[in-house]
Amino acid sequence: MNILEFTILVGLGSFSAGFLGALTGLGGGVVLVPMLTLLFKVDIRYAVGASLVSVIATSSGAAAAYLKDGFSNIRIGMFLEIATTLGALLGAYLAASVSTTVIGIIFGLVLLYSAYSSVRTPPETAGDDQLDDLATRLNMNGTYPSLSGPKHYNVRRVPAGFSLMFGAGALSGLLGIGSGAVKVLAMDQAMGVPFKVSTTTSNFMIGVTAAASAGVYLSRGYIDPGLAMPVMLGVLAGAMTGARVLARTKTQQLRWVFGAVIVALGGEMIYGALTGKI
Amino acid sequence: MFSKADWTDQKLEVIIANLLRAGVTLAAALVLTGGLVFVIRHGLAPANYSVFAGRPADLRHWGDILRAALSLRGRGIIQLGLLFLIATPVARVAFAVFAFAMERDWVYVSISAVVLVVLLYSLLARHGGV
Repeated sequence: MNILEFTILVGLGSFSAGFLGALTGLGGGVVLVPMLTLLFKVDIRYAVGASLVSVIATSSGAAAAYLKDGFSNIRIGMFLEIATTLGALLGAYLAASVSTTVIGIIFGLVLLYSAYSSVRTPPETAGDDQLDDLATRLNMNGTYPSLSGPKHYNVRRVPAGFSLMFGAGALSGLLGIGSGAVKVLAMDQAMGVPFKVSTTTSNFMIGVTAAASAGVYLSRGYIDPGLAMPVMLGVLAGAMTGARVLARTKTQQLRWVFGAVIVALGGEMIYGALTGKI
Repeated sequence: MFSKADWTDQKLEVIIANLLRAGVTLAAALVLTGGLVFVIRHGLAPANYSVFAGRPADLRHWGDILRAALSLRGRGIIQLGLLFLIATPVARVAFAVFAFAMERDWVYVSISAVVLVVLLYSLLARHGGV
């Protein structure tokens, strides 16, 4: 394959990944790395580097749209970014010393978990009535717009959320994905942040988290411009198109289809890693 | 104009949203331009990304990247665009430090300053090779 063919094919594949990622809300990163390693036989470290770059692009683009809705909580996001950026640095450093086999296996497991969490109906976490001392001191409690006017919520268990976020950051730095699933888990389940607030705030944080590991990847030569170019442009264009189409599509069935694809890719990644093909 | 009341979280979020959009647009334009140069010049050369070599050795630090872009090398321009892209969230956090200071919220000035230091360390330090 020459560079022109490779660029076009990777660009089209990345477009599809970004498109489906935006439609299902799962992000394109989860299918991008398996596609590049399994289909295009790209070394997993280059694939992760290119994926990180595309994660920053889509997160920054989408966050711009979300921020104006008034759902995201900038204080919760900023505080937890201390944990995700430190975790991301650790993950990026680990990427150099951990074998590609181990990275492949962890990637497969994260894919399986993402698929599970995407088809599971999110349990409605009612905001706590009791005020948490730390959350109050950090001014994290907030309101979000709802049909019956602004709704107030209280945040709890800040240290638990902070620790989970460190893990989410480390996974992001190691695998080049947004780890939105883990971020939502930390805010939603642990801290009791309302679902809509946690998803938008998580999206907002993903770009900052990815930037913390992308600096290390760039400096180590893991970001190859020839590969990152079609990936970033393809995913960005796909995500923008997906966001447009989203308004007039039923996404529930699509989530199941995409979930099945992710399960298949997860199995394939683990198999590929165990048989030494990654 | 810079009174405390002007710096509400809502206004802060709108400014950040515009900042993010501008950063991504600029980055994408640079990557596209560099990509065209790269493909026109090297389109028929074989593509090989299956062997990891820590390439490109000369496009890993911002000084080298800027030099390569200024000499109009396709891959240098792409890498400059990617550098802008990585810098966009960093600028977002830097702006938050400033905006929280305008709100006189010193706790969050410190919190965002910590995040900014981590990001700048990642982006500017040399982190070794392969």
